[in-house]
Amino acid sequence: MLAGIVKRVDPAVLAVFACIVLLLLGGSLYSRNFLSPEYLLQQLNVAAFLGIIASGVMLVVLLGHIDLSMPWVVTIGGMMSTAAAGWGDLGAALAIPFGIVCGLAVGLINGLGVAFLRVPSMIFTLGMNAIAQGLMVLHTSGFAPQDHATRTMHLIAVERSILGIPNALWIWAVVGAAVVILLKRTAFGRRVYAIGNRERAVYLSGVDARRVVVACFAVAGACSAFAGVLLAGYSTKAYQAMGDPYLLPVIAAVVLGGTSILGGRGTYLGTVAGVTLITLLQSILSVVQMPEAGRQITYGALIVAMLLFYGRERLQH
Amino acid sequence: MKDWNYRLAEQRGLILAIAVFTAMFAFYIAKHPAGLTANVATTAANKGVLLALVGMAQTIPVVTSGLDLSVGMVFVLANCVASKIMTGSPLATAFGALAVLAVGILCGAINGAVVVYGRLQPIIATLATGTIYYGLALALRPAPGGDINTDFADAVSGSLPGGIPASLVLLVGVVAVVWIPYRRSVLGRAAYAVGSSEQAAYMSGVPIATAKFLAYVLAGLFAAIAGLLLTCITYSGEASAAIGGSYTLNSIAAVVIGGTSLFGGSGGAIGSIFGAFVLRTIGDLLFVFDMDALWQPLFLGAVLLVAVSLGSFRLLRIKNRLELYR
Repeated sequence: MLAGIVKRVDPAVLAVFACIVLLLLGGSLYSRNFLSPEYLLQQLNVAAFLGIIASGVMLVVLLGHIDLSMPWVVTIGGMMSTAAAGWGDLGAALAIPFGIVCGLAVGLINGLGVAFLRVPSMIFTLGMNAIAQGLMVLHTSGFAPQDHATRTMHLIAVERSILGIPNALWIWAVVGAAVVILLKRTAFGRRVYAIGNRERAVYLSGVDARRVVVACFAVAGACSAFAGVLLAGYSTKAYQAMGDPYLLPVIAAVVLGGTSILGGRGTYLGTVAGVTLITLLQSILSVVQMPEAGRQITYGALIVAMLLFYGRERLQH
Repeated sequence: MKDWNYRLAEQRGLILAIAVFTAMFAFYIAKHPAGLTANVATTAANKGVLLALVGMAQTIPVVTSGLDLSVGMVFVLANCVASKIMTGSPLATAFGALAVLAVGILCGAINGAVVVYGRLQPIIATLATGTIYYGLALALRPAPGGDINTDFADAVSGSLPGGIPASLVLLVGVVAVVWIPYRRSVLGRAAYAVGSSEQAAYMSGVPIATAKFLAYVLAGLFAAIAGLLLTCITYSGEASAAIGGSYTLNSIAAVVIGGTSLFGGSGGAIGSIFGAFVLRTIGDLLFVFDMDALWQPLFLGAVLLVAVSLGSFRLLRIKNRLELYR
């Protein structure tokens, strides 16, 4: 029974879980607080933001594409929702959906550019990132926009309404469940994996592959923007470049979780593990009070080391 | 005669970039209140050459159908190292400059080793090594500052007698001494072969691993030269993630505008130089047209997006829809 489960799970995912346990044990030697439920819940609360972004990015990576517009789409989500909150009661009520829709729109353009114009996703999303940044610079500097999060945004990002578990974690669970059902139980999900393996074959089997690509990018945009909304709620305000520190962690989490960056292979469980691992790693690096420079170096080096350990491509000639 | 057509078609991207740059720059000078003085030329050249060098750095991994997302951070690290060690006597300064270039080569070698021998995807690997280089830069320069031998700096960032910008001469020197010999060498051609088809290159006995490795090493070297030049222009070092990030982004834009395909196997560093000049001249044009500085990031982003989307016109020529898909 156990052996069967172990056999079915990707070795990469097992390795990540092993790393998580090691990190927790190592951390507990440093301070006993590392194993307290309070600390763990707090980490999972922070991990939820990363996890929600990673859910969308993972869909795109499974296609064999990449979404580098993520940093400023997160910022768009945060800034547009807080800006909407400034438009009276109706604006405050619609703040969260408005932020998400703005991200969805950017994602849609990404998808159209990649699927229909056939521009490499890396460069197209990088360009959209620059445009999103340009738009936000215009938005903030012409006049001083409302940048404070609404009461609801704060509620869903920080508080613990049900069973003492952070609301953000519940949201991540819902988003995650939706992605798992999408990937495992729908034709759409099978098409995502198939496109990652060979888009041409998908086209020849009568599927409009381009629509699938557009949809995945749109979902990725919406997820990033939603995380931006939550982050704005978490820190009570939205600010420029709030998404920038998430680019490497998100991609690293997805890739460390065993999703092939070439597409077509990967599980959501792996992404959950990758997100948890990255969050713990960041937390431990800040707990031991290493200066920023040392943290960046250790962080980068650890990611390279972990990738070298098991993220290598097979030799192919 | 047929040969000519072929050669022209191969250089179409480069020719287009040169034409666009010439038109834009002529327009800029015509509009500029001071006209083409040595000062205007030097300022324009310094900005352009900085990005041109980083663009050249990006070109070589892209030709092998890879990517180096750490060029901006190597550039920042070289800037910080230079602001620490390039002071004092001329001899010390010279050794300092060599050390800065060595740092760039070392960074490139690490990237190359991780990508080629570690078999990691270039995007994720260089994103991670870029973080390391940024951390090192931050360790060297927690706050902006530092110093550089002023005579050396002025010589590199000023203008030569006759009003020719010294940085432009530096760029031509780098092209003549490093790029052209590399392009004509076995390993340079191997880089193009690897980018066109790795399998075919392997079957033909092309030294794939060495070619890819050298591509990343040269990228590190070019980025370090750019960092050196930045130090000469600003007289200081700054570990800024924003500068690194924007140079990485713009380097990719310069490569694409210069006619190098992101799928690898075609194009070259000369195109990227003019791609970089085009990008910088757009910024200058916005300035002479009194456009609000706030619009500049949006405008540059739009130009980049339009430039990369122009390649889609090839889709109109596709006869079989199957060719759309990989």
